[in-house]
Amino acid sequence: MKKILTLSLVMFLGAPGLAQSAGGGVHLEEANIDLTDQASLQRGAEYFFDYCIGCHSLQYDRYATIAKGLGLSEEQVTEQFIHTRTEKGEPSAVGSLIEIAMRPEDAEQWFAQPAPDLTLTSRQRGADWIYSMLQGFYLDEGTTFGVNNRVFPDMGMPHVLWELQGWQENVGEEGHVELELKEEGRMSPEEFDDVVRDITAFMVYMGEPIQLERERIGVWVLGFLVIFTFLAYLLKKEYWRDVH
Amino acid sequence: MRAILDWIDARYPLTKVWNEHLAEYYTPKNMNFWYYFGSLSFLVLAIQIVSGIFLTMFYKPDAELAFASVEYIMRDVQWGWLIRYMHAVGASAFFIVVYLHMYRGLLYGSYKRPRELIWITGVLIYLVLMTESFAGYMLPWGQMSYWGAQVIVNLFSTFPVIGPDLVTWIRGDFLVSDATLTRFYALHVVALPLVLVGLSFVHVVALHAVGSNNPDGVETKYFTDENGRPLDSIPFHPYYTVKDMVGFGVFAIIFFGIVFFAPEAGGYFLEKNNFEIADPLTTPELIHPVWYFGAFYSMLRVIPDPLLGVLVMFAAPMVLLFLPWIDRNPILSVRYRSPIHKFNLVTFGVVFLVLTYLGLQHITTLNQEIALRLTLVYYLFFFVLWFHSKPRSDAFSWGWFLAIVAAYSYYDFTRIAADGDRVTIMTWWLVPTLYLGICLLLPLFSQLNEEKPVPARVTS
Repeated sequence: MKKILTLSLVMFLGAPGLAQSAGGGVHLEEANIDLTDQASLQRGAEYFFDYCIGCHSLQYDRYATIAKGLGLSEEQVTEQFIHTRTEKGEPSAVGSLIEIAMRPEDAEQWFAQPAPDLTLTSRQRGADWIYSMLQGFYLDEGTTFGVNNRVFPDMGMPHVLWELQGWQENVGEEGHVELELKEEGRMSPEEFDDVVRDITAFMVYMGEPIQLERERIGVWVLGFLVIFTFLAYLLKKEYWRDVH
Repeated sequence: MRAILDWIDARYPLTKVWNEHLAEYYTPKNMNFWYYFGSLSFLVLAIQIVSGIFLTMFYKPDAELAFASVEYIMRDVQWGWLIRYMHAVGASAFFIVVYLHMYRGLLYGSYKRPRELIWITGVLIYLVLMTESFAGYMLPWGQMSYWGAQVIVNLFSTFPVIGPDLVTWIRGDFLVSDATLTRFYALHVVALPLVLVGLSFVHVVALHAVGSNNPDGVETKYFTDENGRPLDSIPFHPYYTVKDMVGFGVFAIIFFGIVFFAPEAGGYFLEKNNFEIADPLTTPELIHPVWYFGAFYSMLRVIPDPLLGVLVMFAAPMVLLFLPWIDRNPILSVRYRSPIHKFNLVTFGVVFLVLTYLGLQHITTLNQEIALRLTLVYYLFFFVLWFHSKPRSDAFSWGWFLAIVAAYSYYDFTRIAADGDRVTIMTWWLVPTLYLGICLLLPLFSQLNEEKPVPARVTS
């Protein structure tokens, strides 16, 4: 009886873990990012601010967060990453939110709708999705921008990294996307992999800037709780000695 | 010190309350693992209230600002991320401890005489808790907040005549909007917590009036030694206060383990789609409530008629209110009930878990068929509890068995006639049929429904 109860309890607690969230059925490649690698995050931020920030904001966080997590000074961040200007024409303050310079009405006219904010994309879709999506552009005559995406079909975004990656082509059978490099870009596929990995790492950091510190603190908290629980157990044992 | 206490005691029953409810409140000495979840529920309630108070200091209940204000808490507010994760994980933890607490009640017959009112106030707490968490889930104003609320609020539109107006009245608008958000905020931070705390108080008052049940389901207060000291029970303080401290510690290790190392809990405690801001124009691919409503959502989805589906869903937790009068078997604890009763309880637990899981999945023919059969078993569980209230005759057992099997078989025939998948329907027909066969017919052919003698005093 006890076994059955324990088993049902274990199942009760474990059940939520059994399910899997829907991934859309597309095969995703592993991003293999390393958030402790600050150089990777710095390169990722550079690429992000070279290629992405024109359209995509990170409006739920601030430039100062980049400085903090990437080990850069505020001057470096201002010089490298701040493209927006205040009314006086000076770079926005490092404490301001990371917005884009493009006006929303322009974006609407050029792209049908403003590009989504990317602060939380890593939390919504995961690192592997970002990594695979950035690798997944291929030529497709039928779309507005001449490219489609393996991971996000008909996403309505141009292949911004084309000069680095080159152009891929769909050589897959009917309904199945299989990509092959048709025209090489400035970088070898291996170099491009690293670029995409760096961008992904940066976006994962921006998704939850506190994550590394959270785990560092967590170790101490759990350590304390284990000691506390052990002492509480000894106290309980002592008190219960006279209960028969 | 003594003087201060005397001064207070002359004006307020401090020592009296302390003694009556802690130092001289006698509790069975044999309470086991399952008895931790009552005090843990209070711990989680405290966590939710305290973390919630801090969240209200920074959260903005405004459709334009709500989503960004949550991220502001996560990023800019000192320790805001910790408070927010504690509150979010706390919501799920609340349901886990409450579900285990309720299952304990089922195991040891804690809902039976004289504890009916403890059980009923407990079920009311559970119902309020569901409303409270539903209202709270809307506040981050992500996609799942929005569309979950949209679906659940729309359920009320199935009510005849008043339905559509009722829904507009609940939303305060013709669609889920800022007006809905602000009123759900008011309910979530003021109205429902007040009710919750009030009911919890009544729950404990009711408990202390009759005393705790225990794993043997026998009374402990009748047995005293020559000095009138209880033999089978011990003062709550210090014995159970130190014991609960250990429970708190173990719970805190698990709780903070999740908070610090897996706050999303794989997308179950914080759902991935809720990291996208609410967009009334884009419907998510799969809309489902948070995991703790999964079982009831399953029930809703398997009933083709919308109104009937809503009623089946709402009735599922409500049935619990009548449990003391459904199960009339005089034996309280599962320890002395029959093996078939044990089977029934374990089946109920498993059925609830599988329904929970299915409620979060995409609709497929197979999923729907399983969920339909398990919904039936969920309700049959209560019938079987009643059935096992006393020994039943052959004719009575066969009569009920055939009547129930005939009823759903008839429904299955109509489904097959309407082009349902014959093989799936016939395969899964076996589930309720086997369940009923074991619970109603097996007692006629075996000793498996024999109960054990209940001891006069607790055994351990």
